Amino acid sequence: MNNIIKKFLPQILAILFVVLIFGFLTINAQTNMDNRGIDFGFGFLSQESSFDVQFSLIEYSGSDSYARAFLVGLLNTLLVSFISIIFCTILGVIIGVARLSSNYLIKNSAAWYVEFFRNIPLLLQIFFWYYAALRALPLPEKANAWFGVTYMTVKGYYIPSMVWENLNVFLYCGLAAIISIIVLRNYANNLRDNKGKQIPVLLYSLAILIILPLLSFLIGGVSLEFELPQLKKLSKISYIYEGGISLPPELIALVLALSLYTSTFVAECVRAGIEGVSKGQKEAAASVGLTPNQVLKLVIMPQALRIIIPPTTNQYLNLTKNSSLAAAIAYPDLVLVFAGTALMQTGKAIEIVSITMLTYLTISLTIAAIMNWYNKKIEIKEK
Amino acid sequence: MQEINFLKPNRDNIKNYSIIGSVLILISLIDVISNAFLKTNLTSFLPGSLTTLFPLILGLIGLNMMRIDYSGNKTFDLLNKNINTNNFNALLTLLILFSIIKALPPSLSWMIFDANISGDSKDACTGTGACWTYIKVWFRRFMYGMYPNEFHWRINTAFILVIALGFVGYFMKENLKKYLALYYVIIYPVIAYLVIYYLISGGSFGLQWVETGAWGGLSLTFIVSFFCLIFCFPLGMIFALGRRSNLPVIKYISICYIEFWRGVPLITVLFMSSVMFPMFLPEDFFMDKLVRVIIAITLFEAAYCAEVIRGGLQSLPRGQYDAAKSLGMGYWKMHIFVILPQALKLVIPGIANTFLALVKDTPLIFVVGLAELAGMLALAKTNPKWLGFAMEGYIFASIIFWIICYAMSKYSYNLEAKYKTER
Repeated sequence: MNNIIKKFLPQILAILFVVLIFGFLTINAQTNMDNRGIDFGFGFLSQESSFDVQFSLIEYSGSDSYARAFLVGLLNTLLVSFISIIFCTILGVIIGVARLSSNYLIKNSAAWYVEFFRNIPLLLQIFFWYYAALRALPLPEKANAWFGVTYMTVKGYYIPSMVWENLNVFLYCGLAAIISIIVLRNYANNLRDNKGKQIPVLLYSLAILIILPLLSFLIGGVSLEFELPQLKKLSKISYIYEGGISLPPELIALVLALSLYTSTFVAECVRAGIEGVSKGQKEAAASVGLTPNQVLKLVIMPQALRIIIPPTTNQYLNLTKNSSLAAAIAYPDLVLVFAGTALMQTGKAIEIVSITMLTYLTISLTIAAIMNWYNKKIEIKEK
Repeated sequence: MQEINFLKPNRDNIKNYSIIGSVLILISLIDVISNAFLKTNLTSFLPGSLTTLFPLILGLIGLNMMRIDYSGNKTFDLLNKNINTNNFNALLTLLILFSIIKALPPSLSWMIFDANISGDSKDACTGTGACWTYIKVWFRRFMYGMYPNEFHWRINTAFILVIALGFVGYFMKENLKKYLALYYVIIYPVIAYLVIYYLISGGSFGLQWVETGAWGGLSLTFIVSFFCLIFCFPLGMIFALGRRSNLPVIKYISICYIEFWRGVPLITVLFMSSVMFPMFLPEDFFMDKLVRVIIAITLFEAAYCAEVIRGGLQSLPRGQYDAAKSLGMGYWKMHIFVILPQALKLVIPGIANTFLALVKDTPLIFVVGLAELAGMLALAKTNPKWLGFAMEGYIFASIIFWIICYAMSKYSYNLEAKYKTER
């Protein structure tokens, strides 16, 4: 009897507590909304949004619905996260490896890089790049061409756009190349495990990756043209570039700040991972006659990656969540477009804030679930 | 006669090689330095891109000549081992040295030699460098926000009092030490709250009332992070224990709580506290914006705190639990006297890191209209009398935050090292 009370009483109390809090909040919200004449519902999503977004990946105008505005914001968030993840990985790996260098100068420069960018709040870094550094760039008419075809100006970065013909044929070819590389790798692994034969997989894969898309150009009827940005005079003093793709300064500032900031954390993960592989592993691998490259590829990396990947994914997740700071410099991401502009117009605070939070929650939980599955898979199975 | 082997420097011809090598390196360094500081190109007679590559090539050859194993000279060996193990390393060494030399003169002249600090208006800034006058004039605003100038002593006194009260634990008598946890978890937050409320807010004891809208600057950063820290720690502890509980309901409530807050960005939480939360309060109930923000950040950080504490709980060996149980201790007794004292000691560095993240997150309260340091900068930047000094402002704020965060991270490393040796 005593045991049952001990077991169930706290649980019942906990449930009661949660129900009471939620009940209290709901009743308050109900009366507040009744008083102000606001009704609860998600019907507004299909209404006309009648606001414009500066930068969007899909066609969008004021006559589209709020649901489409949500999609625009989500895509912009994913875009900036995706680009920053790529850059922060490259930078992070370089810095992480540099911190383990035997060279005193390199080691310390990398260490100071990490200490420097990690200890300044991300919001300040974004502000610095957007309001201070990028504002010092030249006007469009005075910009110098980088690599001859791209222009870095105070109004954004202009790059050539690609005009494809028969893009789908090219994409199919790329897909076919990737599938055949996977098949080849499996075949090579089988061959190595069963017959002890080695074939140069990397060379063959590269050849496939180049030849198949090339074939699509030669016989598939695919063609590619570049549309270069051209300087155009709008009025006596204002110039603009036309054609090509323009990346707005907000995007550039965000990508710079996010990737520099997150790369310090990725670097620490990489360093910890490589340091985590015991020295004996390297020596044992060398003593069975593997070349230094093989040691790195077959012994060190698989073990280091097992340590590196989980925390690094966590950092990617943090980066995606941090990309919501975009709202502070008016980059039209999910928070600015939906929780900012759309909320102002509709006044549906509860609905909009919960949709925004649920979206981020879904992204986080999905990635977390995938990571858990991956961790289970790569776990060292000890007997 | 000794033959000089030009391809492979070794111990025998060290003298020749080290002299030739150091001369070459010296020439390359002189070239770069004169280029950077005196703006004269010594090698302008060379064609095109060779001029820029010249010091690099010369330096590489020089370092290659100096690369002698076991030369017999200690400093020489140490230098080789540290910056000159192979050609690639030598190249990187040179590149780093050259870029430091190249970057030094412009940044120094901008920050110090061409900068202005005298005067008290924009006209004083005539140089091409930074305008520190701007920082000087706005300094009080950056530190205290719109808080009235004549009352700044109130903020300072409150901070000194709160810090002094925080150190009371060190000087407590031995027989009172057992109440230390009680003091820090319950009594101290209440006293600190009262001190800050009565001194900074005022309204009684003859002090003029200053509304929270006027608070700001760096002092607001400290106030917010201080309250969030002392409140999020006990809350995090409760949820950490809840997540490890055997009772399914409590366990799943804790998991839901932790995963929810960890899954959403802080900025949406702040949005929630500013636009959504007032809808959930009783009609005539008014809650100050600052209080709402502190509650939001506390709830948010408690989830991270809980995960850190859970890590500490998990790292304790099972034997500790079993031993406590075999002594007949119940759940609470076991946790208060055996488990938590050990686990919390383990997680002090982790908590310090959470606090670091918290301090770095406080500038975000700017999005709900509270002007701490970043917010004051945005305000000062748009002041028509002081346009165009964004760079100085952000560099100043970055330096301040960097010093705070760096000191904290170093302190947490020290704590980590300290507690590592004890186990």
